[in-house]
Amino acid sequence: MKPHKLAALAAFTLMASTAHADSVSIENARAFATAPTAMAGGGFLTITNTGDQDDTLIGIRADFPRVELHTTEFTDGVARMMHLDAIPVPAGETVSLEPGGLHVMFMGLRGNPLEEGETIPATLIFENAGEVEITFDIVKRDMAHSN
Amino acid sequence: MKAVIFGTTTLVAAAAIGLYVWQSTSGTPNPCGTTAIAGSTIGGPFELVSETGETVTDADVITKPTLVYFGYTFCPDVCPLDSMRNAQAAYMLEDQGLDIGTLFISVDPQRDTPEVVRDFTDNFHEDMIGLTGSPEQVRAASRAYKTYYQAHEDDPEFYLVDHSTQTYLMFPETGLATFFRRDTSPEEIAATTACFMGQLT
Repeated sequence: MKPHKLAALAAFTLMASTAHADSVSIENARAFATAPTAMAGGGFLTITNTGDQDDTLIGIRADFPRVELHTTEFTDGVARMMHLDAIPVPAGETVSLEPGGLHVMFMGLRGNPLEEGETIPATLIFENAGEVEITFDIVKRDMAHSN
Repeated sequence: MKAVIFGTTTLVAAAAIGLYVWQSTSGTPNPCGTTAIAGSTIGGPFELVSETGETVTDADVITKPTLVYFGYTFCPDVCPLDSMRNAQAAYMLEDQGLDIGTLFISVDPQRDTPEVVRDFTDNFHEDMIGLTGSPEQVRAASRAYKTYYQAHEDDPEFYLVDHSTQTYLMFPETGLATFFRRDTSPEEIAATTACFMGQLT
């Protein structure tokens, strides 16, 4: 009885994780190379919820003293950056973390700048899809100006 | 401290309102587009610390038409974007044979050492000047340019700083020519700056 139950549980877990992994797709995860003495760097990515259930990005883990989800709001020409606890990703929709808006903030570089050509392994944590492993490519900051 | 900050915000708001009123009532707009606030006192003397740790004044660093921006290097997104944009405008003008300066003034004197500011600015343009200073020096410079900044006080190391994002076009002799919002493209900044430079030569 017991092995049977475990097998059933394992099967369920496997099914669940497969379904969940299929429900979000991540593209273009990148971070910009920083100056040698930089204390923080920004990460960007595009999340598409391919499932039929709304989801929420509730966190990110990576090997830095602190990693957070942030957004920037502009009021009367003043930029206010804020820590977010959650980024909703509704069913069927795409949410972009792009320069000038939503972004991942890698903090506490402490002499280990983000260098072009290197990568940052990270784990996105979704309310429904669970944990999704991704890799940020560190690229040179592009010259395109966006807001 | 709070009163000072609100005072600064009010000044910026008043300056912005003044600009709109002036623009809408002026019969002969400047052909270079949005232009200086009538009777503006934006700009003026400041004393800050250079990338090499020396005390410098506005006269030392604004020796040619210069784009002046206030930000902080811990900011991973907005400040690099705006600094990159200003650097791009400088490169575009350089291609036209016009020499301008770019200036980044830190509003985070606690974390932005001369070395950090130097590295940050070198990322965008080899001639971009980065300045920092004591909290008092930075406060005085920000006040002279009527910019707003306020550090969040929730974390000793990883705090964020709210700050104004406009870029000023300053001339050594005549002071403020105009300012650019952050949604202005490098092309527009280059064109407007070239126009003002043409008027003054």
